[in-house]
Amino acid sequence: MIPPVANPDPTDPILRVGGLTVSFATDRDPVTAIRDVSFDVNPGEILSIVGESGSGKTVSLLSILGLTDPRTTTTSGSVIFKGKRILELPDREMRRIRGREIALISQDPMTALTPVYTIGMQIAEQIRAHQSISRRGARKRAVELLGEVGLPNPSEMVDRFPHQLSGGMRQRAVIAMALSCNPALLVADEPTTALDVTVQAQVLDLLRRLRKDFGSSIILITHDMGVVGEMADRVLVMYAGRVVESGTAEQIFDDPWHPYTWGLLASIPPLRGPRPERLASISGTPPTPANLPPGCAFAPRCRFRFEPCSNPPPRYKDDGHTALCFIPPEDRPRLRATVLGGERSAA
Amino acid sequence: MTDAAVLAARSQAESSAPPLLEARHLSKRYHFGKRLLPGSGKIVHAVDDVSLAVFPGETLGLVGESGCGKSTLGRCLTRLYEISEGELLFEGREIGHVGARQLKPYRRKVQMIFQDPSGSLNPRRRVADILAQPLRVHGIRPRAEIDDRLRELMDLVGLPPGYLDRYPHEFSGGQRQRIGIARALAMEPQLIVADEPVSALDVSVQAQIVNLFADLRDQLALTYVFIAHDLAVVRQVSTRIAVMYLGSIVELGSTDTVYGRPAHPYTEALLSAIPEPHARQQCERIVLQGDLPSPISPPPGCRFHTRCPFADDRCRTERPLLRPLDDGRSVACHYPRTEVSRTAGT
Amino acid sequence: MALTILQRLFQMLFVMFGISVLAFLIFFATPGADPAARIAGRNASPETVAAVRANFGLDRPLPIQYGLMMKRLFVTRDLTSFVNRGQRVIPQVLDAAPITLCLVVGAAFFWLVGGVVLGLLAAALRDSFIDKASMAIALVGVSIPAFWLGEVLNLVSQSRFHDTWLFAWVPALGYKPFWSDPWMWFKTLLIPWISLATLYIGLYGRVLRANLVEAYQEDFIRTARAKGLSPGRVLIKHALRTSLIPFITLFGLDFGALVGGQALLTEVVFGLNGIGRLTYQSLQTLDLPVILATVIYASFFVVMANALVDVVYVLIDPRVRGS
Ligand SMILES: Nc1ncnc2c1ncn2[C@@H]1O[C@H](COP(=O)(O)OP(=O)(O)O)[C@@H](O)[C@H]1O
Ligand SMILES: Nc1ncnc2c1ncn2[C@@H]1O[C@H](COP(=O)(O)OP(=O)(O)O)[C@@H](O)[C@H]1O
Ligand SMILES: [Mg+2]
Ligand SMILES: [Mg+2]
Repeated sequence: MIPPVANPDPTDPILRVGGLTVSFATDRDPVTAIRDVSFDVNPGEILSIVGESGSGKTVSLLSILGLTDPRTTTTSGSVIFKGKRILELPDREMRRIRGREIALISQDPMTALTPVYTIGMQIAEQIRAHQSISRRGARKRAVELLGEVGLPNPSEMVDRFPHQLSGGMRQRAVIAMALSCNPALLVADEPTTALDVTVQAQVLDLLRRLRKDFGSSIILITHDMGVVGEMADRVLVMYAGRVVESGTAEQIFDDPWHPYTWGLLASIPPLRGPRPERLASISGTPPTPANLPPGCAFAPRCRFRFEPCSNPPPRYKDDGHTALCFIPPEDRPRLRATVLGGERSAA
Repeated sequence: MTDAAVLAARSQAESSAPPLLEARHLSKRYHFGKRLLPGSGKIVHAVDDVSLAVFPGETLGLVGESGCGKSTLGRCLTRLYEISEGELLFEGREIGHVGARQLKPYRRKVQMIFQDPSGSLNPRRRVADILAQPLRVHGIRPRAEIDDRLRELMDLVGLPPGYLDRYPHEFSGGQRQRIGIARALAMEPQLIVADEPVSALDVSVQAQIVNLFADLRDQLALTYVFIAHDLAVVRQVSTRIAVMYLGSIVELGSTDTVYGRPAHPYTEALLSAIPEPHARQQCERIVLQGDLPSPISPPPGCRFHTRCPFADDRCRTERPLLRPLDDGRSVACHYPRTEVSRTAGT
Repeated sequence: MALTILQRLFQMLFVMFGISVLAFLIFFATPGADPAARIAGRNASPETVAAVRANFGLDRPLPIQYGLMMKRLFVTRDLTSFVNRGQRVIPQVLDAAPITLCLVVGAAFFWLVGGVVLGLLAAALRDSFIDKASMAIALVGVSIPAFWLGEVLNLVSQSRFHDTWLFAWVPALGYKPFWSDPWMWFKTLLIPWISLATLYIGLYGRVLRANLVEAYQEDFIRTARAKGLSPGRVLIKHALRTSLIPFITLFGLDFGALVGGQALLTEVVFGLNGIGRLTYQSLQTLDLPVILATVIYASFFVVMANALVDVVYVLIDPRVRGS
């Protein structure tokens, strides 16, 4: 267990998540959606969490923010934000962190805003929840924020209802709202998945600019390796509720360790160069938390599985790079070459 | 009756055979809003004067941002929607405006696959019933052979025959898409129009289905129209590409030509917007400003001029038609990028 | 937005016209029955029937008959009842209308407020005692007819326990106009209101609870909570407002049913001389002009209530406002 830090050093991680495990009570047995997730977020850093749908990305975020339903959810582990253990905070104090210090951008801009209020009202509402400022002052700030995120005509947009905006504009409004209290940490849950590539490029540009101008740390959840490659400083690869690999973006892209990461990278069709005859796909489908295989959860789909894989895999660590896999370091290059080779030789 | 646009629609087809399916000046409009009072209804020009030819054995990729009319065009091509204007020819015969009876043989030869197959799979019927129904209705196979055919279909799409007794909800997204494909194949079609067939799937599963499409094409000599907004996927499966913007085709050519050197500024922007994992540190990116204009009141002149970084007065007034370039592809732009750079280079 | 509302009001006029035509046709153009004989009442002499025929212009073409009828209903207001020997119909209806209006509007107020409060409590304290109790109230409410409940309340408050401290305040049956004595007015109507509202409070509470619970699955509620808003604010400002939309729709439907059915019987039970009681009496004597007038007036009530519901829609949901 990490002892709470009284006076945080500016270079210390602003968020430390240790051994986070979340399970849900369901009609049948309780299911464990995420298991033993640990990571740090350093100041000014973009940490990307990638994984297929159902791998537990959203659940990790929501439990960090304390937004899971306490009636059906049990959470264990530690989440330390700026030296404070926040999982144990009473709701009243947690509310002061939510929206002010940690802000959320959720996946679908079409449904993330309350349909019956103007976007200006919704932004002002958040500002007024955390600062004593007049109604008019909050509205003025909302107009400024909308301008900052690059919405045209912010003073007119502020009175628009969500349905009167396009998807890209709504996502900007959501981002403006998240920024309204200058949060130290921005958590973005698939912020561009529902958008077209051209609009995605605008939004990613905006996030990069925010990091530069405000020095916010960002947790960027996505399933798109392209977005990761472009945005992330560090990467967490999740599979079936566990972090199977983590490291810097260079480590993940240039020297990935886990066969799942290999498959993930190889299954993306390239945009230039020769086209492979067939894509290197991962066979099968991801397991659901209710029927996880014993041992390594990826083993049934892994083409390199061998006897030990029916046991819980060890975590290899080296220079901040970790992987949850039995494959010994010296075998990795050779095995990975067969993944790439299958792809190349067919081309 | 082959005007310039129709010729441009055939650009860079590899085969010299006549087109399997050809759309000529096809338009599709939706009317909505109150139509009691004249002039109060609104018209969406979802597909606007599109000419397109699909040749036997090829895969024609249809790309563009959401709302540009890809699905509408796909459904017009399969005659799921009525065509507002223009002609549709299948193997040279006009089928755009014929009645249901004359359409029946065509309905068999052209099948559509959707993004979310569960919407079209009856949840109360077993897979075997779902697949056998078209065989019975169209009398494709004698009754005695149906069981064998079902096994064959499951084998084609890579599912164990034991799954025939299950219900759609027992399958994962990727497996359901395989069943959707099997159902289309049951009709022994010549042409399959696939509308975003892999968009709802996870990357690892997406790659499996993309591979399946390629395998089936080789095994069954199928022709595809493959609609998707993911340009990397479309590049992987297509031999030719049509890029759509606001209801029109702006660029059409072989995959390598279009991806290698896009001629339309829109294609160029679209390609440069894709984040790439393999080539990290992106070079210059063209970020399009603004949003797609409304298809209810499309801008005059070139539809793309409101977002085009190179637009001038001519673009704002005169609408460019799809025309062939020297390198074989067709483009609807007054100042194609390839020509601009060539003149700039000399 | 003003345009949308105006449009709706115009539609309302159109619907009212349709209803009046329909009611007229049912009463005056049913094949195989002579309207004159029916208006004249049972056992009327041939002279009376002839007088009725001339009086209502029943020998003239239908459109003219309709025009005459509407003129006498709304313009000259001199429609007379033959059964009751020349009594003017319209003043009767106009006297009765405010009583019915007070009854149904008051009951609607109680059931809306009660439904919202119950729904909010049940949703906020999900699975608690209140949540389960609201379920029981709903079940009881939908299974008891309002007039029966009214009779029981009457029995309890007027005779059995009237002399106890609990019901000593209950006045005698009948209606007291608001202007003469507001407090008395309130007291005479309170028990009728309750007996009508009980029918719906539980049901509406459940409907709202279900909508609220559903709203809590929505992304925008997650956004609101992630903003650091208090649970109360999330519930009232974000969840309730969007959940009210189906609630109001249901209200529009039930209000019509209330005016057409339950209110009628309730008026009879509590001796309130409203439109319902008037209709009830004229049905017993088959007084056709009165029935026609009450049917048309009552249906206007319903149409106006529904137009009001639509205006409320426009106010709470910006999406239905025209752009
Ligand atoms: N409230 C809940 N009750 C039960 N299971 C849940 C709940 N929320 C999420 N899960 C399960 O947890 C797993 C992870 O979900 P999620 O974090 O949403 O995945 P991701 O965001 O990576 O797509 C899924 O299998 C999902 O079914
Ligand atoms: N049934 C419909 N009624 C009215 N407009 C429609 C209908 N279907 C699609 N549209 C409009 O037509 C345009 C093209 O839609 P669509 O073909 O679905 O595009 P895509 O598949 O490229 O996303 C869009 O602007 C869309 O809003
Ligand atoms: Mg998610
Ligand atoms: Mg579509």
